[in-house]
Amino acid sequence: MQIQVKNLTHIYSEGMPYESVALTDISFEIAKGEFVGIIGHTGSGKSTLIQHLNGLLKPKSGSILIGGVAITGKDIKMRDIRRQIGLVFQYPEYQLFEETVHKDVAFGPLNLGLSQEEVDERVAEAIGLVGLNYEEIRDRSPFELSGGQKRRVAIAGVIAMKPQLLILDEPTAGLDPKAHADILQMVERIHEVQQNSIILVSHNMGDIARLADKVLVLDRGKLALTGTPAEVFRQADLLESLGLGLPPAAYMMRALRNKGVSVSMDILTIDEAEEELYRILTSRSNGENNIDWKNNT
Amino acid sequence: MDDIIRIEDLVFEYKREDQLEPVRAVNDVSLEIERGSFTAIIGKNGSGKSTLAKNINALLLPSSGAVYVKGFNTADETKLWEIRQTAGMVFQNPDNQLVSSIVEDDVAFGPENLGVEPGEIRKRVDDSLYSVNMYEERKKAPHMLSGGQKQRIAIAGVIAMRPECIILDEPTAMLDPHGRYEVMEIIHKLHREGITILLITHFMEEAAKADRVIIMDDGQVVLDGTPAQVFRHADEIKALSLDVPFAVDLAHRLRKRGAEIPEDMINTEEMVDYIACRFK
Repeated sequence: MQIQVKNLTHIYSEGMPYESVALTDISFEIAKGEFVGIIGHTGSGKSTLIQHLNGLLKPKSGSILIGGVAITGKDIKMRDIRRQIGLVFQYPEYQLFEETVHKDVAFGPLNLGLSQEEVDERVAEAIGLVGLNYEEIRDRSPFELSGGQKRRVAIAGVIAMKPQLLILDEPTAGLDPKAHADILQMVERIHEVQQNSIILVSHNMGDIARLADKVLVLDRGKLALTGTPAEVFRQADLLESLGLGLPPAAYMMRALRNKGVSVSMDILTIDEAEEELYRILTSRSNGENNIDWKNNT
Repeated sequence: MDDIIRIEDLVFEYKREDQLEPVRAVNDVSLEIERGSFTAIIGKNGSGKSTLAKNINALLLPSSGAVYVKGFNTADETKLWEIRQTAGMVFQNPDNQLVSSIVEDDVAFGPENLGVEPGEIRKRVDDSLYSVNMYEERKKAPHMLSGGQKQRIAIAGVIAMRPECIILDEPTAMLDPHGRYEVMEIIHKLHREGITILLITHFMEEAAKADRVIIMDDGQVVLDGTPAQVFRHADEIKALSLDVPFAVDLAHRLRKRGAEIPEDMINTEEMVDYIACRFK
């Protein structure tokens, strides 16, 4: 299922004293199965954009087509959109409400009108996918779980709907390093098993560089830059002017280039940085000259 | 050595409804914190770091052992105000610790409760707001501010009490990179001005800039030393489900493959300088 966003514009409190343009003329496409990262300063329009994608907000102008169907049209049923597009908000664990984990995760699928049998099957599958033991946890109260477990249960509630596009708004915010890594691994597993498209909103450039096929950079409601991680993170000066950083590996390579060491422009992950530095550190003993004097100003 | 905080054989236990045995959150910790130092405490969730911090300013009292702040035992109720005034605390969620609808009122809350006279309160509020670069926003409503700004107001509220030590429990966890940078700048500035800093964090890059790093696991101190001494144990740290700073991780990987990189590389800048130097 392909998603097309065309010339999307949104204005908050239109006609009121506090009127503000939140999105201006945004256009992009997401191919089936694509993993898209969205980055941008706080207030750049990331949350406004993703709320349009599942119909929580209506655009002032422009359109969103999901599998060729315009969800911005008048006679579209919101229920049909939301079964295709799952949105996991920031701190989703605050939205848990049921008595047991099973009931909480089952809430969405039940509202789809599925048979109890199919609902149970989906709940068990979703809880397994988020890395929890279904039999062990199904009858427990979601409120007595740890922070990381609660977040997984909340995400299970969304993926039990089997959305074709799963949107995650900073799913690792506030977690410790282990829980952070676990949640991202879980996202990769869901992507692989459900074969869906993913939108990941994150401030962590390292995660975006490693996971995304395509990166959208938002700035003050506009799409400032789009491309593969390598294309986007090569624009270090532009990103810096937008208040955004680089992945740690790219940051270090840039600092090395600025000091006259010639390293590749395309290094984004620690694995790549390790190979590049290993090559340089070992080739030195062979007497090669690795300094690019032209850049050494 | 002049220690502002002394923790002796601290044990903290609490009862959980679903368990018969009490849970031991802090298990026999002894530490001294030197006046004017900058200490980072890291550890995964549930390792006991927040419980330890709350024992320092008497929000929690030891099950056994003792905690002394500026020589006052935290178990001595008559010294509660001195202890809280000496060691102020800033928490993770900026929305949970602001009490007033106007920024400057919020900052005045602490000194008012200390019974400071009004003229002095005015001065302290202004000084504190200048100190966190929020003076211009003094008449605003806290809910109109960004996360980083709110967190700086919370810090101003603590500074207005004129503390000698500030304990910050994951103050940047809920902030975006810009907000995190703003808050860390202020924390380092306060440290330069002589305030003792105790920073609990999950961000290893923040810990790498401290004078001292303490790693906790399962209620105990497992590593304690300068960042260079502590992060040398990259494999042990990773085994505790923690990260190490990017430069440490990378240097460690390269060293394993036989590359020659000194053991004390902590920051990206140091490593860049080292590599650049070797080629000149």
